Amino acid sequence: MITNKEVFETVGMINAQHLDVRCITMGISLFDCIRDSAEATSRKVYDKITSYAKDLVAVGEKISTMYGIPVVNKRVSVTPVSMIGAASGGYMEIARAMDKAAAETGIDFIGGYTALVQKGATAAEEAFLATIPEALSTTKKVCSSVNVASSRAGINMDAVRTMGEIVKKTAYLTRNEDSIGCAKLVVFANAVEDNPFMAGAFHGTGEADKVINVGVSGPGVVKTALESVDGDLTAVAETVKKTAFKVTRVGQLVAKSAADMLGARFGIVDLSLAPTPAIGDSVGRILEEMGLERVGACGTTAALALLNDAVKKGGIMASSHVGGLSGAFIPVSEDIGMIEAAEMGALTLERLEAMTAVCSVGIDMVAIPGDTPAEVISAMIADEAAIGMVNQKTTAVRAIPVYGKKVGDSASFGGLLGHAPIMKVSEYSPLKFISRGGRIPAPLVGNKN
Amino acid sequence: MNVIISVIGKDRIGIIRDVSAFLADLNINIVDISQTLMGEYFTMIMRANTEKSSMPLDKLGKALADKGASVGLDINLRSEEIFDAMHRI
Repeated sequence: MITNKEVFETVGMINAQHLDVRCITMGISLFDCIRDSAEATSRKVYDKITSYAKDLVAVGEKISTMYGIPVVNKRVSVTPVSMIGAASGGYMEIARAMDKAAAETGIDFIGGYTALVQKGATAAEEAFLATIPEALSTTKKVCSSVNVASSRAGINMDAVRTMGEIVKKTAYLTRNEDSIGCAKLVVFANAVEDNPFMAGAFHGTGEADKVINVGVSGPGVVKTALESVDGDLTAVAETVKKTAFKVTRVGQLVAKSAADMLGARFGIVDLSLAPTPAIGDSVGRILEEMGLERVGACGTTAALALLNDAVKKGGIMASSHVGGLSGAFIPVSEDIGMIEAAEMGALTLERLEAMTAVCSVGIDMVAIPGDTPAEVISAMIADEAAIGMVNQKTTAVRAIPVYGKKVGDSASFGGLLGHAPIMKVSEYSPLKFISRGGRIPAPLVGNKN
Repeated sequence: MNVIISVIGKDRIGIIRDVSAFLADLNINIVDISQTLMGEYFTMIMRANTEKSSMPLDKLGKALADKGASVGLDINLRSEEIFDAMHRI
């Protein structure tokens, strides 16, 4: 029988240390919804999502009851809409159908308003990109992502330039809510096809018809486990590994149960340590527990590298299929340790960029001045894409140029998206570099065959 | 379904009697008990079976938690699977 110590460890993790199932995300293929009219396509999209995901929320709640663990978000990801709407051109109609389906099924978010243009964009994809600001400002639950680079293809700098402008336009259209539209838009390099986390989730073209992907998270559990470690950094890494193993086993259990109950294929468990703004649920605090006065201090990148690696090593054996982003997230506005560090100037954009070289995401949920020029945002995207491309990993930019705000102000996005100080961005211009467009060739490491 | 019930509270006479009575009221069959004192706190885990109970698991968990709170005990009920998943390979 399970021992008292083990039972109380699990109960403590869930009740006191915020161990939760961050998301159960159902991936749904929309390829069979393609029609030659916007009206017919969007109707099929609505019908398929509402049919496949009708029990998703109820199953999430049932699992929550059975295992006594919160299931925070129930989500859907779909095939990139740039493909589904290419024949009809009805992108906005599809966006509205997705939003309506999300409301009908009661899910929290729906991702997949997505284009993959790392090597080039078709005319249909260019038309799709132009609809993103309107789609994000006129829907509530639709999330968008665009892949602009890969280690195989290099960086599509034309798309990078366009995305700078799209981020700015989205910020303007949602200016009354601290430009929140940009919190639902991720620009990727090496985007993954089975990511359960928003805003970057989409259902890849190589995926089955209906798939369950699960993200389970407990930064507070890791932090608590480290509180009793007096040893060296090897001991720290070992503790993180063991903790990540236990956390991921819960993810595996939940993912399999959810897939069985929903008649879907079990896709992956995403190991990512995902913080929330709640006290005791911070990745920044884990790095501080390791011995940094504040996240952002010299040593932060090394500490994060240790954490990210140990999470993967511990998690991989715990699940039969690991995927998604699977690392540590560092979204500034969603992590109380990062928010505080940014507010006091301990954490800068340059340090964040360095951190993205060793963890699973990029410049994430960073609020920047509203008057930041589009080409500067494009250049931020290019920098992150370069880190991802060369290191053969996913990177992303989810920056929010908060309309009307400047360094010293703060922005509030509400709920899990949290709040953030406006961070300083280099004021020197990359305009000529960005205006050149074209493609940055794929690096040598991308040519593996 | 097999469940694990964890009980924690300040030690006093009659805790096992109280909890056993709650479980009997709810038609939950106790399979195994392990209890120990941690300082002044009494901790107990029970392995139990809910097959004879007519209540769904969420209501059972809530009913037990409420009954526990009424006598100063923190009682949690969860499917055994989550503990096996986390602590047994």
